[in-house]
Amino acid sequence: MTTIFGVALPVLMGQLLIGLINGSFYALLSLGLAVIFGLLRIVNFAHGAFYMVGAFVAWMLLSYAGVGYWGALFLAPLAVGVLGMVIERTMLRALYGLDHLYGLLFTFGLALLLEGGFRHFYGTSGLPYAAPEALRGATNLGFMVLPNYRGWVVVASLVLCFGTWAIIEKTKVGAYLRAATENSTLVQAFGVNVPLLLTLTYGFGCALAGIAGVLAAPLFQVSPLMGSNIIIVVFAVVVIGGMGSILGAIVTGYMLGIVEGLCKVFYPEAANIVVFVIMAIVLLLRPAGLFGKDS
Amino acid sequence: MSATHADTIIMPTRKSPVPVIAFAGLVLALVILPTFVYPVFLMKLLCFVLFAAAFNLLLGYTGLLSFGHAAFFGGAAYVTAHALKVWQITPELAILAGVVTAIVLGVIIGVLAIRRQGIYFAMITLAMAQMFYFFCLQAPFTNGEDGIQGFSRGNLFGIIDLNETMNLYYFIAALVVLSLILIWRIVYSPFGQILRAIRENEPRTISLGYSVQRFKLAAFVMSAGLSGLAGALKALLFQFATLADVAWQMSGEVILMTLIGGIGTMAGPIVGAGVLVGMQNFLATSGLPVTMVLGGTFMICVLLFRRGIVGEILHLLERRKG
Repeated sequence: MTTIFGVALPVLMGQLLIGLINGSFYALLSLGLAVIFGLLRIVNFAHGAFYMVGAFVAWMLLSYAGVGYWGALFLAPLAVGVLGMVIERTMLRALYGLDHLYGLLFTFGLALLLEGGFRHFYGTSGLPYAAPEALRGATNLGFMVLPNYRGWVVVASLVLCFGTWAIIEKTKVGAYLRAATENSTLVQAFGVNVPLLLTLTYGFGCALAGIAGVLAAPLFQVSPLMGSNIIIVVFAVVVIGGMGSILGAIVTGYMLGIVEGLCKVFYPEAANIVVFVIMAIVLLLRPAGLFGKDS
Repeated sequence: MSATHADTIIMPTRKSPVPVIAFAGLVLALVILPTFVYPVFLMKLLCFVLFAAAFNLLLGYTGLLSFGHAAFFGGAAYVTAHALKVWQITPELAILAGVVTAIVLGVIIGVLAIRRQGIYFAMITLAMAQMFYFFCLQAPFTNGEDGIQGFSRGNLFGIIDLNETMNLYYFIAALVVLSLILIWRIVYSPFGQILRAIRENEPRTISLGYSVQRFKLAAFVMSAGLSGLAGALKALLFQFATLADVAWQMSGEVILMTLIGGIGTMAGPIVGAGVLVGMQNFLATSGLPVTMVLGGTFMICVLLFRRGIVGEILHLLERRKG
């Protein structure tokens, strides 16, 4: 059997794939965080909770309404996005003039509320959610066996990430968004409805978290704790990448997922903390983050 | 977070009788209260008062929001419990070991976190504390999910038996009051003035020639050490240390205590800890989901009462005055 550094190739590829999957979620979530932070200047602590709500909405749609995976892939992010927009309109809006830390504290409370609520009604044990028929089974790639659903998650997250990047960098709405990020007062003076833009941006960022939740539902169990477990790692990813750049958030997300996967092969005890160790090293060498603009 | 700091309105000077009266009142209350209130509840409350006051030293007076104070609280709790159980040393040395641990952790996390400001500072402290959480989850001496439990409190200085509830009560009360006086002295010292200057306007403080990073680190380490003392006392009180003490929820709780009571006020953390510990005791028996209520309280506080209870009172008093 082929080995690399004394590790069997299928094992290495398997962990790399898991790393790539985790990286997909890190990328999707840190992308949403970066989009929201760029315009609203709010660190959305509730991002992990919205990811969890996305997975739960998918599970509820299937259990209560019989709507399957493909329907959920569209409806769950919509529901999460609308929830986000309502929260932005009714509450978050009041915090814009204040220190950014209040936004962090408010969304922290929101995360506790959502997580505590789902934990109260659904417990912590986790609920199973099956992958759709079309994506079950596995494909033999010769050097490894690739479960179809995992392959789909990687492709879908890549499409979503670069689609978002293209919307922000290449379209007119994206141009408004970038302009408002630079100077919202001036953009408003040009007749762009900036408050609406803020609401839509928050909704869009939350919807990205929601769709990540649907993608995650068949891979991991649907559990109220799935959001808080991932959000802290995503924060570390964001510190490493710097929140200044959309592409930076995406690249850092995938990169760290892969590093984490490799760590599981070569030094499994440290797999949980490797992202935090990298964060510490980056802070020592390049405090602004790998792609950060601010000092 | 300069908009809500109440102490810019009322600034007790060293000569003012208010703090002396306040501390005397606190001591009197602590002597009388055990006859009416269950002492274990009071001791738990005192531990969290100290934790919140230590946290407020950093958030309220230096303007740094740490999301990782559970690491200092829980880390010290683990080491104190381990020292009592395995090393079998006297409780004062076990507590000292816990505090030293918290200080070392404070230096490590602080050096990294002060390299960034504002929300990044919060995220870095959170991430570093989570790293410590995973360390505690895997390290053999913490017994993983079971935690460290089943040890004797031992004899203070080898003489006073701390398994007697009232002995323990007076020991904890004395340490907490002394720590509060220490915090008060720090805040109203020239050093504390510089901390507040950093909070209000960091670039200007730098331009005045102060080495801001060193002051921030000093404040961070002091806050960490005092949080560690709170954690060590809690481990001594309940005779166990678990993962819950190092988890991020604990960092959230101490933020909420400070926020409810009033960020940047001396009495705020005392009131806030009282409200939150009381609320948790009530909720534990009511069947309501605790996390949900805490989250809702957080949101309401941020939206409507950013000054906190003590801050609002001071604000009202000030408005009436002039």
